[in-house]
Amino acid sequence: MIDFELSDETKTARAMVHAVAEQAMRPIAREYDEKEHEKPWDFLRMMWQVSSGNPIGGGERKPRDERPERNLGMCVSIEELSWGDAGLYLSIPNAGLGGAAVAAAGTPEQKDRFLARFKGGDPKWAAMAITEPGCGSDSSAIQTTAVRDGDHWVLNGTKIFCTSGLMAAEKSDGFVVVWATLDRSAGRAGIKAFVVEAGTPGMYVTKVENKLGIRASDTATIVFEDCRVPLDNILGSPEVPKTSEGFKGVMATFDATRPIVAASAIGVGRAALDFVKDTLKEHSIEIRYGLPPHRLTVLERDVMDMEAQLQAARLLTWRAAWMMDNGLRNNLEASMAKAKAGLVVTQITQKAVELLGPLGYSRQLLLEKWMRDAKINDIFEGTQQINQMIVARRILGYSSRELS
Amino acid sequence: MVNFKPTDEQELVRETMAGFAREVLRSAAREADEKGAVPEDVVNRGWELGLVQSGIPEQFGGYGDARSAITGALLLEELGYGDAAITLELLAPRLVTIPLALLGTDAQRAQWLPRFAGDHYVAAAAAFSEPRWDFDPTALTTRAERQGGDWVITGTKCLVPLADRADVILVYASTPNGMGAFLVERGAGGLKVGEREMNMGIKALATYPVALEGVRVPAASRLGGDDTSVAPLVDASRVAVAALATGIARAAFDYARDYAKERRAFGVAIGQKQAIAFKLADMAIEIDAMRLLTWEAAWKLDRGEPATRECYLAKDYASRAALSVADNALQVLGGHGYIRDHLVELLLRNARGLATFDGLAIV
Repeated sequence: MIDFELSDETKTARAMVHAVAEQAMRPIAREYDEKEHEKPWDFLRMMWQVSSGNPIGGGERKPRDERPERNLGMCVSIEELSWGDAGLYLSIPNAGLGGAAVAAAGTPEQKDRFLARFKGGDPKWAAMAITEPGCGSDSSAIQTTAVRDGDHWVLNGTKIFCTSGLMAAEKSDGFVVVWATLDRSAGRAGIKAFVVEAGTPGMYVTKVENKLGIRASDTATIVFEDCRVPLDNILGSPEVPKTSEGFKGVMATFDATRPIVAASAIGVGRAALDFVKDTLKEHSIEIRYGLPPHRLTVLERDVMDMEAQLQAARLLTWRAAWMMDNGLRNNLEASMAKAKAGLVVTQITQKAVELLGPLGYSRQLLLEKWMRDAKINDIFEGTQQINQMIVARRILGYSSRELS
Repeated sequence: MVNFKPTDEQELVRETMAGFAREVLRSAAREADEKGAVPEDVVNRGWELGLVQSGIPEQFGGYGDARSAITGALLLEELGYGDAAITLELLAPRLVTIPLALLGTDAQRAQWLPRFAGDHYVAAAAAFSEPRWDFDPTALTTRAERQGGDWVITGTKCLVPLADRADVILVYASTPNGMGAFLVERGAGGLKVGEREMNMGIKALATYPVALEGVRVPAASRLGGDDTSVAPLVDASRVAVAALATGIARAAFDYARDYAKERRAFGVAIGQKQAIAFKLADMAIEIDAMRLLTWEAAWKLDRGEPATRECYLAKDYASRAALSVADNALQVLGGHGYIRDHLVELLLRNARGLATFDGLAIV
């Protein structure tokens, strides 16, 4: 039966996470945007303590996999954290994207070996390294190589734009999941993912990017020079198959992560929209739902559009997460949610800055920061255009060869 | 707990309506639009399907299905996919039966409902819109004044479906205590039905201007009694428009997608070009967004919670998105989209028309 009421469990988690966002993130949001490469260690340690073994978005009552709103609950919580601050949210120590790849493609032994560390001890991060200086969205063009040498794989190449790459590779006992090719002539089929432990010789962070927004989160360039990793650190089979099924398997990781990115985007958009609405309320300006267009002010019109667009993105996101929770394939819906959310929050935050005039533009407030933070959601985890491409292929029934 | 899956019963309704829309409505759509009339056998087939009787309580001869705006939204999306104009004619009796079922007094239900649960289709109508550029659904200029034991209604309405043949018209008017709706019987003194309107779209449905020149009705004709707010009907109308708009948009999308896979240019199907493919992707996303906003608004209505905001935003979003999707669909067809051999120009006209309708409390 169609229902839009979150479970009590999800609502409780949301309230808890909202308190964290309001009390621990908002007060330091501006500071760590300005400081860019400094880490808010008190906050990060607190989040690690709260979340290790007890992930954000859920209580301890049931194992995560048994919670019926597992993915949806995750999206709801991440919206709250990103409402607090998207850069800080992205910098929270956890298994992150690297962990998601291990969870999706690793053997039980690998999952145990790589993921157990996130249950305690010091804060740890795991990162994903896909993008290279010469290839972004077209990950089949990866140039980083993996060559077998006795008991090891030897990695060579350069990766850029690794979220939390510095923390995962050098500043904690985490790891980096590196995508590299075993055989360039095999195209996608030759691409495999390798887990490289933090501190492995031959892995160097050479640059941490200066960015438009999400400045509290580090975005690293990682160079691999004859970097040797054990044979059993490859995720999936070492064989190069005739088809690119294995590559598709890794890409399926994105079906799980895109709704999460969409949820984070929505949190930033909501922060801006809430601020605009609160400001109007302080000045006793009401939004009058139900009036015909000729009686609405431009301000009301804009706020209503922002609200409807944000809610549309949120419902698309919830649906994609709900499908995962119910074992339904959500490749199309995940990309729909991501494409919509990335676009609308970019527009909503820009509009919010516009509506508040000089105040919107001022660094006294957070609006200009939210506008800068929002834009990343239109880019990472597949740009707007890559997600349009995925949706287009699905609705038209085209392969990647037929539509590129 | 959040759930995006309709019940099995709702799925059955949806499938039944989808089949009817495909086989009956769609195949009649073009000719009905050109001729400006819905064929009688289509009206009869809609009647046989129980589209009107379903919402009438059993004691008055109907099927007594519990009211659900969500079920209504599912039904309307499918029918709107077939043809929105024909759908409005088939469902016109619901303009009266649904408000009666929701808000009517026992006496009003007993008086009016049985005649819409008989052997054959009986037309009914609602008069809501007014022919003014600054028409305001929250401040109707049509007024009802209490004079002794009667209400006297004065004003001018437009876009009244089937006013020439409706057995009863539910007339919305301002009263000294908010907006009210009045059951006005055919042939009431001072009720003047004008010449059939000529509109851009929704042409299969005959609509009329109606003048109310001091129409006098008994006090008991006010829907639900003197203290009844008809706000829930305005909300329901918005859900109905949003759901029909979703159906129209989906029809336009499907047509354009199929065309894009057939039509070749520069050696490939045009759907293989990003300029077309990405447009179609955006359309598909918007259609799902419209539907979900509509479902959420309907869900709020069904829970009896204040839903004006959600219903208003859903209608506003969906009616504009439907126009945009239909326009983009036409663009995918290029010059062919402009030709009446193809359905998309009809869908564009109907999408625009639907956004103009108010008072469609048929869910």
